[in-house]
Amino acid sequence: MAKSKSAYSIPGKIGKIERHIIVVWVDNEAGVLARIAGLFSGRGYNIESLAVAEVDKKKHISRITIVTEGTPQVIEQINLQLKKLVPVHKVADFKRGEKDILFRELAMFKILGNTKKIEKVKKICKNFNPVILDKTKKSIVIQVTALRAEIDKLALDLKSLGLISTSRTGAVAMTKGSKTFS
Amino acid sequence: MPKLLSGAEIVFKALEDQKVEYIFGYPGGAVLPIYDELKNHKSIKHILARHEQGAGHSAEGYARSSGKPGVLLVTSGPGATNAVTALTDAYMDSIPLVCISGQVPTHLIGTDAFQECDTTGITRPCTKHNWLVKDVNDLSKILHLAFEVATTGRPGPVLVDIPKDIQFKKGKYKFFKNTLRKKLNGKATHKISNSELDKFIHLIKKSSKPIFYTGGGVINSGPEASKYLRELVSLTGFPITSTLQGLGAYPGDDPQFLGMLGMHGTYEANNAMHDCDLMINIGARFDDRITGKVDEFSPGSKKIHVDIDPSSIGKNIKVDLAIISDVTELLKSLIKRFKEKNKNFLSSNKQKTSKWWEQIEKWREKKSLNFINSDKIIKPQHAVQRLYELTKNQDTFITTEVGQHQMWAAQHYKFNKPNRWMTSGGLGTMGYGLPAAIGVQIANPGKLVVDIAGEASVLMTMQEMSTAVQYRLPIKIFILNNEYMGMVRQWQELLHEKNYSESYTAALPDFVKLAESYGCVGIRAKTPSELDKKIKEMISIDRPVIFDCVVDKAENCFPMIPSGKPHNQMILGPEEEEEISDEGKVLV
Repeated sequence: MAKSKSAYSIPGKIGKIERHIIVVWVDNEAGVLARIAGLFSGRGYNIESLAVAEVDKKKHISRITIVTEGTPQVIEQINLQLKKLVPVHKVADFKRGEKDILFRELAMFKILGNTKKIEKVKKICKNFNPVILDKTKKSIVIQVTALRAEIDKLALDLKSLGLISTSRTGAVAMTKGSKTFS
Repeated sequence: MPKLLSGAEIVFKALEDQKVEYIFGYPGGAVLPIYDELKNHKSIKHILARHEQGAGHSAEGYARSSGKPGVLLVTSGPGATNAVTALTDAYMDSIPLVCISGQVPTHLIGTDAFQECDTTGITRPCTKHNWLVKDVNDLSKILHLAFEVATTGRPGPVLVDIPKDIQFKKGKYKFFKNTLRKKLNGKATHKISNSELDKFIHLIKKSSKPIFYTGGGVINSGPEASKYLRELVSLTGFPITSTLQGLGAYPGDDPQFLGMLGMHGTYEANNAMHDCDLMINIGARFDDRITGKVDEFSPGSKKIHVDIDPSSIGKNIKVDLAIISDVTELLKSLIKRFKEKNKNFLSSNKQKTSKWWEQIEKWREKKSLNFINSDKIIKPQHAVQRLYELTKNQDTFITTEVGQHQMWAAQHYKFNKPNRWMTSGGLGTMGYGLPAAIGVQIANPGKLVVDIAGEASVLMTMQEMSTAVQYRLPIKIFILNNEYMGMVRQWQELLHEKNYSESYTAALPDFVKLAESYGCVGIRAKTPSELDKKIKEMISIDRPVIFDCVVDKAENCFPMIPSGKPHNQMILGPEEEEEISDEGKVLV
């Protein structure tokens, strides 16, 4: 018989990897983010982006939006394990590309350049809700809100126009229509 | 206006309201106010361990054998870090523990103060939940919540970290109950529906090759669960196998019981798991020591999984019917519904499963637990068998360490009642058994408590013999002494070309003299002919005993499923083992 050199079983087949957005409502208490992040790192799950802020000042509820990748089995485990944490109230899970869900990321770009270049920058950013936050003779700080892939592309396009600094948030999500997450 | 109490007083008030009788612990600077308060609370007895890990395993042994949560009290820094092994062990095996740790005063947190460590940070992954108390007025609520989290749903350890200044500060006390209520937290909020039960019953009725596969969840659900399990198994006439943690839920000497399954399980249990058409998993978690190669695990069966923890379902193995429930609740409703509609099921279904039972009998004929006995040297399996025969007529509690002796104990000691078998399964903690036996003896005074041990494991927590002597706990440490870390040696023999790298312990202590120096009794058995007499002597002594049972050094634990193999490809004994090593030689 073939010999295995380990006391553990060998890995089985791996399912198809999907990207999911998981929204978690938690008590905004000390250590809560460490619990969530620790669950992901401890069980070998992956966090692509993370956005956290308190959404209910009275009840101290924070809403955490996590973008993650995994096989359907792993995604299910992430959901179930999150629900077991004591400060977690509710968990919602969406597959990337679901139609009823809105996603947005925010990015700030700082670009150095003359007026001509800056005009070009504004044009490129036109479709992504641009807001000029700061402007000098030699620079501009522009804010856009868009999908991840769009921001990725923008950053690439702006490189040749004098982009020197990028700051971006993780994705946040909300349902379309009158429905809310449940 | 209610009377204000100090943090330390609140701790004891909460423990009293939770009906705690014993705490296992070790004092230190950051918990002194709590220790100072101890004298005012006569209903709570403190058991002084010799190391916080020992205190933790004792609390686990107490919890497992009594069904009540174990309480652990340790100081900050090293006190807390020493408790981490026990907390992780309890987390893996679902044992309810409440650990109270002292912390440096609030104003010193984060300054690298003396004996400071980030206790809640360190214990976050090995507890169900933990708390750092920052306001004395939160203390009573947190403590009661801690007990609730530890004991509800899938049980497990929790930790409450209390800075020293909070222990002195005055605050309000209130007894909070059921604060979690509807929150999930692994708690079954799910009501079992009739349609689920009917699906369950339908699968039972359709099956011609069924098997029950039961685990620690049955034990954790309480003695009622074992009662119902026995009823269901006898109602259906189906065969049953158990995981390491589930032993005792079903009588080990019953003809329907196929023995333990898994890596060192019996031939009949593993083959039945592989070939069955219906697997009924009750309170087990498809652990990797059970499933072997996941892709080839029981390929042709429908699978039912009953578990209180939703995240246990579908984690390793996909199932056809999942029921999130406490075992007692589920079995009670299932039996009721089953009986209503299926009178005489046992006799009418006998024909259907008769071929299956014939097959099982064929597997049984292999007698996979057999070994070649000797009249010159004590075989470890023989030692466990003799221990069983000489103790089976009294209510005996067995703990173990981790390794070969643990598997031999599981294979050859037959348990008939739940809560009689305490072993570290998930984490596999060497050094668990001795301190666990202390906790078991505290919870069960007057009963026979034996730690079936290996000489390597037991040395890891040997200092706790001193605790046993202090509290006059007549635990029996039955060491199968082969001078090797036996399981390590076995793997090295089978998988690493007999390169016994660092698995032999030179310079072992003389266990008889060691026993005497602790103030307990030492007994040594060297030959099979003196074994019975010496075991009887051990049982008759009403003091702690260390029994040095000198056994065959080269014995391996069989049967075994080699890693990465499915259940139907077991190695049964040394004959087959030879084949592998020949192949190994060719490779070299």
